[in-house]
Amino acid sequence: MTSKKFTIEELELKANEIRKDIIRMLEEAGSGHSAGPLGLADIFTALYFDILKYDPDKPNWSERDLLLLSNGHCVPVQYATMAHAGYFDRKELMTLRKFGSRLQGHPERNRLPGLETTSGPLGSGLSQAAGMALALRMNKEQFRWVYVIMGDGEQDEGNVWEAAMLAAKYKLNNIIAITDRNNIQIDGPTEVVMPLDDLKAKWEAFGWYVIDIDGNNIEAIIDACAMGRAIVEKPIMIIAHTVPGMGVDFMEYDFHWHGAPPNHEEAKKALHDLRTLHGKIRSEHE
Amino acid sequence: MNDSYLVENIMAKDIGSEPIRKGFGRGLLKAGALDENVVGVCADLTDSTQMNLFRDAYPDRFIEAGVAEQNLVTVGSGLAAMGKIPFVSSYAAFSPGRNWEQIRTTICLNQQPVKIIGSHAGISVGPDGATHQMLEDVALMRVLPNMIVLAPGDSLEAEKATLALAADKEHPAYMRLAREATPIISTPKTPFAIGRAYVYAEGKDITIVSSGTMTYQALVAAEKLFKDGIDLEVIHCPTIKPLDAATILKSAKKTGLVITAEEGQINCGLGGAVAELLGEELPVPMKRIGMRDHFGESGKPEELLDHFGLTSKHIMITAHHLMNEHKNGGS
Repeated sequence: MTSKKFTIEELELKANEIRKDIIRMLEEAGSGHSAGPLGLADIFTALYFDILKYDPDKPNWSERDLLLLSNGHCVPVQYATMAHAGYFDRKELMTLRKFGSRLQGHPERNRLPGLETTSGPLGSGLSQAAGMALALRMNKEQFRWVYVIMGDGEQDEGNVWEAAMLAAKYKLNNIIAITDRNNIQIDGPTEVVMPLDDLKAKWEAFGWYVIDIDGNNIEAIIDACAMGRAIVEKPIMIIAHTVPGMGVDFMEYDFHWHGAPPNHEEAKKALHDLRTLHGKIRSEHE
Repeated sequence: MNDSYLVENIMAKDIGSEPIRKGFGRGLLKAGALDENVVGVCADLTDSTQMNLFRDAYPDRFIEAGVAEQNLVTVGSGLAAMGKIPFVSSYAAFSPGRNWEQIRTTICLNQQPVKIIGSHAGISVGPDGATHQMLEDVALMRVLPNMIVLAPGDSLEAEKATLALAADKEHPAYMRLAREATPIISTPKTPFAIGRAYVYAEGKDITIVSSGTMTYQALVAAEKLFKDGIDLEVIHCPTIKPLDAATILKSAKKTGLVITAEEGQINCGLGGAVAELLGEELPVPMKRIGMRDHFGESGKPEELLDHFGLTSKHIMITAHHLMNEHKNGGS
C-alpha cells in the first residue's frame, strides 16, 4: 500500500526509471518484448504508485485490489514496477528469463508472490477477471477492484468477447479493464493484421462503459480509473492509446520491436534517449 | 466376496439403472450445502449436465456462461483464485473439447482447483453422432500435469466422486459422465477415494482394469467367463489419473495377463495409462478394449456399443483369445 501521495512529476520520473530497468533487463535476458513494456510504463506506474491497494510485504493481503496482466508477454514492465514498489530487490530484475528465476519469461503466479495469475497465451485475462469479480460480488466485498491489462492485438481472440458478454450480463462494475492500444502486433500494425476499429464502438456495443485516454499521460490514467470506480451497472474499459517503445526514439511506433530485445549498442542508445526524456520531464514541471 | 459392497446380483435383469450424470447433480447439491464456497458455472446445458439442482437451490452461486466454453473454464479459474470451488459443466465434446489451452495455462499451470465436468462422454451418446460422442477427453486431460481424471462407474459413485472433488481445495480435476442409463453396481457402502482402484471381483487368470460404464460390462463378463473356466479379476479404476499403480501391479503380478476396457480412445486413455505402467514396471501380455483410433457415428447406444466392440461379449472374446495365446498351452 502506498501511503505517500506522489506528484505527477515524481510519477513520470518513476515511470522513466522503470523504462530504464526494462531496457537493462531485456538486454541482459537477450530475448523478450520491448515495445509493449515501454509503452505500458506510465500505466503500471500509475497503478502501483497511486491507484492500487496492496501491501508488498503481504502479497496475499485479503483487502488488496487484484491486477491481472492478460498480455503476459509485457511482464517485464510489471516485474520492474513491482521491484520499485518493494516486492523484491531491483537486482533480481537481471534474472529475467534465466534458469531458476522467479521472473519467468511469461508470468507465473506460483513462482512470484504478488502475481495474481499465470498468462502468456492471449485472451484469457478478462475471463479470469470476471471470475474474480463474481467471487467478490458473492462475498459482498464492495471495495475491491479487479484491474486487467489487455493488449490490443490479443483482442483478435474470441475468448475476449465471450468474457466481454459475461461481464456485461452480470454488470461487473468492479472490473476496470485497460486496453494497451498501441496499434502493433507481431506481424505488423493491428489494422493490417486484423482490423480492430472501431474498438470503442465495439466495447460499447458489448455493454461496457468506455473511456478513451492518452495512455502515456499519468494524470489521465489516474483520473480514468477514478471515474471507472464511480460507474455503476457496467464494467469499465479504458482504451489507453500508448506509444509502443515510448521514450526510445528508434523503437517508437515500430512493430519490429514488438517481440525483440535491444543488443548492447541499442541498449546504450535507448538509455541515452531515456536520460534525455528524464531531463525533458524535469523541465516541463519547472 | 470382498469389501467392495456391490449390489448382490450383478446379473439380475431388474438391476437398477440411472444416468451417471444424475449422481453428479445430487452430489453437487450436497456439496453446495456442505460448503458455501462451492459454485457452479454452466455453458447453456444446465439441465442435461444436471447442474439445475444446484442452480435452483443456490441461484446466487450459479453462473450461466452461455455457449462459450473457453470463457466457462477461465471464469472458473478466476473464481478458484478467490477461494471458490468452481464446478464448470458442459458436454465433454465442448469442454474439454474446445478449451484445452485455457485449462492448461489458467487451471493446471496456474494450479487452481477448478472441477471440469464433461457430460455425454463416450460412444453411448448415440444418435447425436460422432461430433457429440467425446472419446478423446481422457487423453486430453490425462496429459496435463496437476490434473486429476475421473470416470465413475455408476451414478452412486459419481455422487461420491463429486463430494470428494468438492472437498479437494488444491487440485484441478476432470470428471467424465455418461448420458444413458447405466446399471447401478455399487451401494452406499462401496468405497470411493480419489486415486484408488478397487478389486470388484477376485480372480486368478486374467486382470481386467475398467472405468466408467465398462465396469458393469466387465463384471457381467466375469460371471459368464467363470462358467467357461476363466477366472477374471475385475479392477474398477474410476481414477485414471493419478493411477493406482500398486493395485494394478499387484493383480497383474498374480494373473500375468491384463485387459483394459473403457468407452473412449484406447490411445492415451485408460488403456494407454495401464500400458505405460506395465511397460515400465511389469511387462505382461495385454489387450485394450475401447475405440481404436476412429470416430463413432449415429445409432442407438446398444447398436454402437456392439458395433465398436464395447460389451461384455467382446470382453469375453478377448479373454478367451488371451487365454488361448498365453495360458492354455499357448506358450
